[in-house]
Amino acid sequence: MSVKLNTRQVGDVSVVDVAGRITLGEGSSALRDTLRDMVTKNHKKILLNLGEVSYIDSSGIGELVSGFTSVTNSGGQLKLLGLSKRVKDLLQITKLYTVFDVHEEEASAIRSFA
Amino acid sequence: MSNQSRHEAETVERSLDSTLESVDYAEEITMGVAQRAGFDEDDLTKIGMAVRESMVNAVVHGNRYNANKKVRFSVSKNEERLTVRISDEGEGFDYEHLPDPLAPENLFRSSGRGIFLIRSFMDEVRIRRLDPGGTEIVLVKHMVSK
Repeated sequence: MSVKLNTRQVGDVSVVDVAGRITLGEGSSALRDTLRDMVTKNHKKILLNLGEVSYIDSSGIGELVSGFTSVTNSGGQLKLLGLSKRVKDLLQITKLYTVFDVHEEEASAIRSFA
Repeated sequence: MSNQSRHEAETVERSLDSTLESVDYAEEITMGVAQRAGFDEDDLTKIGMAVRESMVNAVVHGNRYNANKKVRFSVSKNEERLTVRISDEGEGFDYEHLPDPLAPENLFRSSGRGIFLIRSFMDEVRIRRLDPGGTEIVLVKHMVSK
């Protein structure tokens, strides 16, 4: 599988550890399904840990945006953690870096949820 | 890597199925040629992404995964540049009037960033309709003299 996802709880924050490639196909579908499932189950505080994401394409970026929109529209918050330079550069080029609340360290990311 | 191998001309041409596996394959082939050309890690990443996005466009939007339609792929290098050509057999699209993915009204769209990223990563990008049908995209990355 191109991507591995692991979900854990830290208090009332749901942390999704993502590893591998978020690309069109298995990778982007897995992320989409996980976020949809969490919205359906009324998770309001979601932290996507992208520290082990080696690669993301425009489809992967699209899933991040869709996930953000879905979670926000359901009254929740979705934040990002641990962006590599590559992912950060992509979000900056596409003017999405300032849309997301991006953190470098998990503890402070957890504390930032309202 | 010897200077000789870096400057040797090389061309790889393939006719690929309209599958996501072909996207991976084209990216892999291109990375090999680009590495032998001597591009640094940053440029390799950009070239790989541009090829990936172009192949996805051909497979998904152009040929629509049609098993009866092929993607023609070629990558070549010489002393001056790396050139990738990708063409599909689809119905074509209005590539001169694409929505701007950076416009506020488009920022939260789930798609539409592919060609923008391709143009951001490559030095030259040319798109044209083919006769009798299909679309070709040509990607060029210039060699940097070291």
